[in-house]
Order: sequence, then C-alpha cells, then structure tokens
Amino acid sequence: MSATTLPGLRSREAAARPVGRRRRLGLGKPIRFGSAIGPVLLLAIWSIGSATGWIDQRVLSAPWTVVTTAGELIADGRLQSNLWTSAQRALIGLALGIVLGVVLALISGLSRLGEAVLDGPIQIKRAIPSLALLPLLILWLGIGESMKIVTILLGVFIPIYIHTHNGLRTIDSRYVELAQTVGLSQWEFIRRVVLPGALPGFLLGLRFAVTGAWLSLVVVEQINSTSGIGYMMELARTYGQTDIIIVGLVVYGALGLISDAVVRLIQRRALSWRRTLAS
Amino acid sequence: MAPNASLVSTVQVRELVRRYDDRAVLDGLDLDIAPGEFVALLGKSGSGKSTLLRALAGLDYDVEGSGELAVPENVSVVFQDSRLLPWARVLDNVVLGLSGADDRGLRSLDEVGLAGREQAWPNELSGGEQQRVALARSLVREPELLLADEPFGALDALTRLKMHVLLRKLCAAHQPAVLLVTHDVDEAIVLADRVIVLDTGRIVAEETISLPAPRSAADPGFAAVRSRLLDALGVSV
Repeated sequence: MSATTLPGLRSREAAARPVGRRRRLGLGKPIRFGSAIGPVLLLAIWSIGSATGWIDQRVLSAPWTVVTTAGELIADGRLQSNLWTSAQRALIGLALGIVLGVVLALISGLSRLGEAVLDGPIQIKRAIPSLALLPLLILWLGIGESMKIVTILLGVFIPIYIHTHNGLRTIDSRYVELAQTVGLSQWEFIRRVVLPGALPGFLLGLRFAVTGAWLSLVVVEQINSTSGIGYMMELARTYGQTDIIIVGLVVYGALGLISDAVVRLIQRRALSWRRTLAS
Repeated sequence: MAPNASLVSTVQVRELVRRYDDRAVLDGLDLDIAPGEFVALLGKSGSGKSTLLRALAGLDYDVEGSGELAVPENVSVVFQDSRLLPWARVLDNVVLGLSGADDRGLRSLDEVGLAGREQAWPNELSGGEQQRVALARSLVREPELLLADEPFGALDALTRLKMHVLLRKLCAAHQPAVLLVTHDVDEAIVLADRVIVLDTGRIVAEETISLPAPRSAADPGFAAVRSRLLDALGVSV
C-alpha cells in the first residue's frame, strides 16, 4: 500500500461509521449542583436513620435535635460567648504569627547573614509538629491563655515564613537586571520589586496559616480549657450530649470555610494585576 | 587615541576581552559609537553580541575579562522581553526609579502612542504595546546611549514594521546613540547608520548605510548591502 492512499482510506471508513456510536472519552457533562448531592444524601440518610430509630440517639443525635440545641445554645448565649473566646484566641494567635513569620522571612530573605542565623532553626522547628511542643509549653506557660496563643502562633508563623521567604528568594532574575539598568537603590529595589513580587507567596502562606490556626485552636481548647467551642464540646462529651458536639463541629467547619473565603478575597484584591490572566 | 576622538565618541571600546570558562566570547574588540549614531550589531548565535551589550550595560559582573570601556553615565536598556513589572501600572513602570516624573512619563507614553493607557496593567496590553511601554521607560530617562537587545524579536512581522517606524521617529526626536542587537539583516539596514557584524568575538565586517529614507528592500543599493552582510554572516544566498 502506498502512503498516499492510506489517509484517504481512513477518512472513508470514518465517514461510514454511524454518527454518535463512538463514546466520547472522559467524564462527560458536569452534573448541575453536583457538589451538593453528596452532603444532601448524607443528611437524608442521617434523618431517615434517626427517624426510624436505626441510629441510636446516644450515638448520634437527630439532625432536628442538633438544630434545636443550637437554637437553645444561642438563646442562652453560651454559643456566642464560647465562639467569641475561640475567635479571639485564633485571631490573636494568627495576627502575632503573621507578624513573626513576616519579620523572620524579611530578615532571612533579604540578608545572607539573616538566612544563615535564622533559616536553620526555623527548618528544625518546622520538622517538629507544633502540637508536639504542647507539654513543654504547658510547663513553661501554664495552661492559661498565653499557652494557647503561643501554640497557635507557632502553628501559624511557619507557613507564613516558608512561603514569604520563598517568594522573596525566587524573584525573577530578569527583574533584578532591570532594577540595575534603571538604577534603583537597594531600598527602592526592595519596595518596588522584591516585596510586590513576594506578595503572592505571602498570601499562599496566609491560607495555610489560617487553616493551621483553627487546627491548633481545636487542640488547645480541648486541653484544660474553661471556655471556647472546644471546651463546650469536651464538656458535652462528659455528659454524652452528641447534639452539642455536632453543633461545635458545624461551627468549626463554618469558621474554616469563612476564613478561607476571606483570605481568597484578600488574595483577589491584592493581586488584581493577575486577575487579567485568569479572566 | 587622539584626545579629541574620545570627546566625540559616546561609546569607546578598546581591546575588550570577555571570557566564559576560558573561552573568549569577546576577543580584543574595538568599537566607537558617535553621539546620535545608530549602530546595528549583527552576528550568529554565540558570536558575542549579547555579551558586548551586557558589558556596555554594566550587567557583566563576575565575568572575567580585560580591556577599556567608556560609556556615558546615562544608559538605557531595552530587552527582548518588555520586562515590565506585572504588579505595577503602566505609568509606574515607565517612571520606575524616577521621582516626581509622572508628567514626563505621560508625555513619553504619548510619544509611543499609548496615551490614556497609563493606568492599565501590563498584562492587559498586547506584546507590541508592552514593548512600546518598554521604549517609553527607556526614553523618559533621556539616555545618551540606548542599548537594545533584539527588542522586536518576539513580535509578529507586522507589529515589527510599525515598531521600526516608531523607533526611527523616537531616535530622531531624542538623538541617543543606539546599539541595536538583532538577527534580522533587513531590520539592521532599515534602521541603522552603520551595521557591524560580529563573529567569534571580533568585528568582521562593517557597512555604513547611506541609503536615502525611506529605505526599501526593493532598492538595488539595499540588496547589495544585504548580500554583503549575509556574506559576512556566512550565509550564501
């Protein structure tokens, strides 16, 4: 067979094939509201299980019990006051962690000496999970608020440091050349090129940091606490009140989702110059 | 050198040697560029074009070498990519490193045909527009020497022709000495007063272009210059 007849032969075969018989590879069309199907199904199973008595109330309270309990907790103010305590801890820890992470990243990212002194210890700290430091922190700081805030701070500053430092150190060398040819001073170079260039890294670190803050919060609140969402849940465990535990879980989940959305909003605002690429 | 020669040259290069790993990329190169003169630099890849340009721009620290180099204080560089800071608006890119120069920056943008785009992000501009911003950024500094490293290499053919017209106009208005590195023989002939060909770190051919403007490839004089330059580049037509 000569090479010239082969393509012609192929196309005739393709034309003879009935239309639509061949299945398209891949997943096909997306399902509308597809992401809601799983959670709704889960809720339905939970409701049916509770209504028929197939799920024991002591193991897992019914959805409507959870809703009424949440209503009662809000009515007597317990939920708000615990939420406020928790939010305060998380926000103070987060704020201090961000400041610490940024300051350390700037020192270590902008000077060789700073990197030599700081980067090693921080990498070592990174290898130790923050929560493993709890026994030491409790011995040093007791079981009060400062221990809780320091624990959160330690979980927060690492991702901020890592991503900001990386952002500072991975500025495109082409921009460094540019800065040199237009005669920028060291300070102008940092202000105009290095800091804006590192901002995407910092904001990525911030997303990890926010998640880390909530994670640390949960742990510290379940140890020797007398207030906060975690304490409310721990107390409910002692009395076997699964409805309150579930209210706590829902609150944690909502906090996580909301804070991530806030950070993403900040990201979109601060990096509006990049939006043109995505849109 | 006679003392008056150093007074008239904007750029003076003597016996310039630059080495990478014991290989001489520039090998005893001499070059003078007069004030306001437009010099195009042709050469194969690896002939040392970019090395020479980087040496003149002062970007070749850590490179081993010797020789004399006299360049003016005020040098601007246009790179192959526009090299705009993506996080700075167009005007801020133009006046980068200058203080209180917004008015000059706006005039500069007007000159390159981008009046009204000063608040745009670089990513919102086309490749040709970005390169025009880069030209504005160079010229707002009123350089005595403009170094351009294949500035139109990444643009499509039509945009490139428009940029040639623009660059000629800008050079006529600002009168900097220009060293344009390019691969494009026609571009070199259209734009330059003098074309030099670099090979293995030395100047191997030099053509003074005295064709009347507008220069056209249809001109028999143009074709003659082109074939001599291609010859020097080792391309037989």
